[in-house]
Amino acid sequence: MRLQKATAFALYAVLELAAEPERQMTAVEIADKYGISAHHLAKVLRDLGRVGLVAAVRGVGGGYRFAGNAKRLTLMDVVRLFEDTGADTELSPAEARQDIAQGLRFVLREIDDQTAATLRSISLATMLKLVGRKPWAAQGRAAPPGWRRSAA
Amino acid sequence: MARTARQRGATQARIRPAASSDLAEVIALDAETTGLAKPEYWREMFRRCAADGFFLLAEADGLVQGFIVGEVRAWEFGSPPCGWVFAVQVRPGTRLGGLGSRLFAALCEAFRAAGVDRVRTMLARDDTVIHAFFRSQGMVAGPFIQLETRLD
Repeated sequence: MRLQKATAFALYAVLELAAEPERQMTAVEIADKYGISAHHLAKVLRDLGRVGLVAAVRGVGGGYRFAGNAKRLTLMDVVRLFEDTGADTELSPAEARQDIAQGLRFVLREIDDQTAATLRSISLATMLKLVGRKPWAAQGRAAPPGWRRSAA
Repeated sequence: MARTARQRGATQARIRPAASSDLAEVIALDAETTGLAKPEYWREMFRRCAADGFFLLAEADGLVQGFIVGEVRAWEFGSPPCGWVFAVQVRPGTRLGGLGSRLFAALCEAFRAAGVDRVRTMLARDDTVIHAFFRSQGMVAGPFIQLETRLD
């Protein structure tokens, strides 16, 4: 699965902050840790702040802290802020008349349904527990398969 | 801090193997949570588990607060012996207190004692509550895919 950069940055930030809810981190600190653009992350953090998932802390030592409920918030709750999760493959009128095009859309919808169910089922708390267990290491891989950000 | 009724129910509940005298309560709890009474299914499940499986329930205040059912299956779909969870239910007023986790842990312990090192289940894709529960117990997607077709 490919995620927009903003989505991946939001997940990094929210999970990083939710891992230690009392801790404050600046956009630069998070960006440095993940090797991503601090400028882009700052914009994402402002978006997350607007919906109440993080709170800006002013003053010396300020930054952002987690402001949500890690047991209630799911990965989908974060992803849908930045991705059009309800989008279906658009077919032109000519494509819509072709069974092959309809069949391909049917299969792609199956993949999307599975993805959405997975994202809805994993709370931030569950995700942090999974990170602690590192199940991908037991599979002999350095990182979960298929995890990459879109270049767009 | 005062503990909620659901927390008391979760921590004080005694987990034990189900007896035939519990079946009426199990059937009623299932009917309450699913909206569909399936007495014959549960009687058959109990008979099956009594012979070769695990039917555990949590009891508190003289009531069945929840139950979990599973068995070890060997070489199904080519898989080495593995524990399967067929059902887990917790009385609605007792949920979110950790009772489901205690039931799951008890069943996993029974599976370990039976000599298996893996536990597996299957669930409806749109059942986010039960999907999130199993995810919170550390379960991730396994190596199998469920497929079906209509028999027209």
